Amino acid sequence: MRHYRIALAGNPNTGKSTLFNELTGLRQHTGNWPGKTVLHAEGSFSYQGNSYTLIDLPGTYSLFSNSADEEVARDYIIFEKPDATIVVLDATSLERNMNLALQVLEMTEQVIICINLMDEARKIGIQIDEKKIASRLGVPVIKMAARNGEGIDLLLKTLHQLVTGKISPQPLTIQYSKEIEEKIDELIPHIQNLIGNSYPTRWIALRLLDGDESFVQLLKEKYSKGKLQFNPIRFPSKHAN
Amino acid sequence: MVDSIEKLIQYSQSLRKPNIRDEIVTQIYQTTRSICQDSVIYPKTETNRSEKLDQILTSPIWGFPIMFAMLGVVIYLTIWGANVPSEALANLFGIGENYLTAAFQALGAPSWLHGLLVLGLYRGTSWVVSVMLPPMAIFFPMFALLENFGYLPRVAFNMDRLFKSSGAHGKQALTMAMGFGCNAAAIISTRIIESPRERMLAILTNNFVPCNGRWPTLILLASLFMAAGFATGVQSIVTTLVVMGIVLLGIMVTLLVSWILSKTALKGIPTRYTLELPPYRQPKFLNTIFRATVDKSLFVLKRAIIVAAPAGLITWILANIMIGEQSILQHITLFLDPFGKALGLDGFILMAFILGLPANEIVMPILLMGYLATGAMTEVDNMVELKKIFVDHGWTWLTALNMMLFSLLHYPCGTTIFTIYKETKSVKWTILSAVIPTAIAITVTFITAHVVRGLGLV
Repeated sequence: MRHYRIALAGNPNTGKSTLFNELTGLRQHTGNWPGKTVLHAEGSFSYQGNSYTLIDLPGTYSLFSNSADEEVARDYIIFEKPDATIVVLDATSLERNMNLALQVLEMTEQVIICINLMDEARKIGIQIDEKKIASRLGVPVIKMAARNGEGIDLLLKTLHQLVTGKISPQPLTIQYSKEIEEKIDELIPHIQNLIGNSYPTRWIALRLLDGDESFVQLLKEKYSKGKLQFNPIRFPSKHAN
Repeated sequence: MVDSIEKLIQYSQSLRKPNIRDEIVTQIYQTTRSICQDSVIYPKTETNRSEKLDQILTSPIWGFPIMFAMLGVVIYLTIWGANVPSEALANLFGIGENYLTAAFQALGAPSWLHGLLVLGLYRGTSWVVSVMLPPMAIFFPMFALLENFGYLPRVAFNMDRLFKSSGAHGKQALTMAMGFGCNAAAIISTRIIESPRERMLAILTNNFVPCNGRWPTLILLASLFMAAGFATGVQSIVTTLVVMGIVLLGIMVTLLVSWILSKTALKGIPTRYTLELPPYRQPKFLNTIFRATVDKSLFVLKRAIIVAAPAGLITWILANIMIGEQSILQHITLFLDPFGKALGLDGFILMAFILGLPANEIVMPILLMGYLATGAMTEVDNMVELKKIFVDHGWTWLTALNMMLFSLLHYPCGTTIFTIYKETKSVKWTILSAVIPTAIAITVTFITAHVVRGLGLV
């Protein structure tokens, strides 16, 4: 029996909490994130002999450091390195929601996309081709209606396959302008030189370039405390092979 | 050699250029767009209609003209629609006053009691009701309809660039729009801005848009003094343009003060945020109109009357208790007069603003009562007589203009100041929130008065 930590991310009002409750039932407890006035909810469940801890990240529209919520969500994915991150999207406004999914894909490749509220979307007549989306994003995409239990089984099965390495995602890399790409290429070797490949180097390069002060500060802090070098390598880097 | 985290950060800083985050976000959005275009089929519904409407209402070319046109239409309808019911209400209250006076005489009540209750309390209150109720009953429902239609977030979207370039948060456009209704409520609404620096900017500058307590003053003075020379048909239009000019000036001052503050006391760069543009909805007309009338108009009116009634009493008492040859009111106004004149105003106007601190709604009634208490007791049944009172006290269009400017720019009302303290928990910023606008109001009116007089325009 193994134990896995799963993060749950998504925009506000996407039914993220419904899914959280559906998966963990009564086995959950809440509190605050250390040092922040942001609600921290954690629950657990087991599936096929493995146990899982599910961490409900704050609902955010993006993962840039615009607010305490976004910082909490971002820091968890980057520094705590969950074994998988489930991104919940609202099927009725998929385009707006998917921006968050792309940002998560820049941070980790262990991602499952859940297109939730499918019952509502069908009612309005929205048709979604999840296979096409999955092939573009390079990670599993599951349609669901968490409040009716639709798609939960498929999610659990996919999650099991993902954490046990039976699926290896090939996430989409967003291509930026030539100028930005050149700068990323300049920075990446230096980042790898300093902190190795255990963190998403391309994502860190982007944050260094766009001057995300709160993240840069945090990076400095963690580095000087020696936390970055000695972390166990759990993140399979895109540049590793 | 990049061998430390500091050097890495330094090196990356040398590679940075402005707006790189915007480019990154744009690329993310374009990627999602292309993915969704391939794999999601939307029915022909409101989402599509909303998008088409947004292409016009938030377009770089049409966004601003449409916004100004909407503002103009709302103000015009308010002015045009409020004229008739305002006069009708004033007439009604005038008749009521005659009966009351007759009743007091029949009962043999002493004249001070009649003065206190009828000329002070009743007249002050009826003035507030007849001048304020009609415009509010028109303005609030229209504002609520636009809000329910989903237009206000688009206003924020359009204004975002302006606020961002003045170092403020784009959501300040929303809190500013709230300020058109009530500044105190808008101060509370600044909670939607996360960053303390930008929230403070929004709080300190919210006062520069006229709240419902100041709309009637602006509309009244504009129609009496600015539109007087024009033919009857175009008067409402001229009034509208003048009031719009004042509103635009207020927005410009908001941006300018935000810019100066974000370069000095509140340094920093604006944070990014996601603004949801909800789909347009057809508002439920009757429901919206009813709610806006009941909730907002009556609520604000109640507040106005509660504050106006005692203020009417106090003003009457001040005007009728004599110290030596003159009343207390005259002593105060004479004392303030030189300063008032320097600002193109007079002692009465300054006194009205000072006594009107609890609520902007009562500045005009206090002023009028001040004028009436010293001169002959004319009844104010219609606009011609109203204007005569002002002109008899030496008003010109410059006086009206400067009173409008002072009303727009001066310190927030007592309720708003108290709310600012509750929200910031800082005495320093609360004091600044009153001092900054007042200093601007004094400077602007002083310069206007001297320029106009220097050019010999009055």
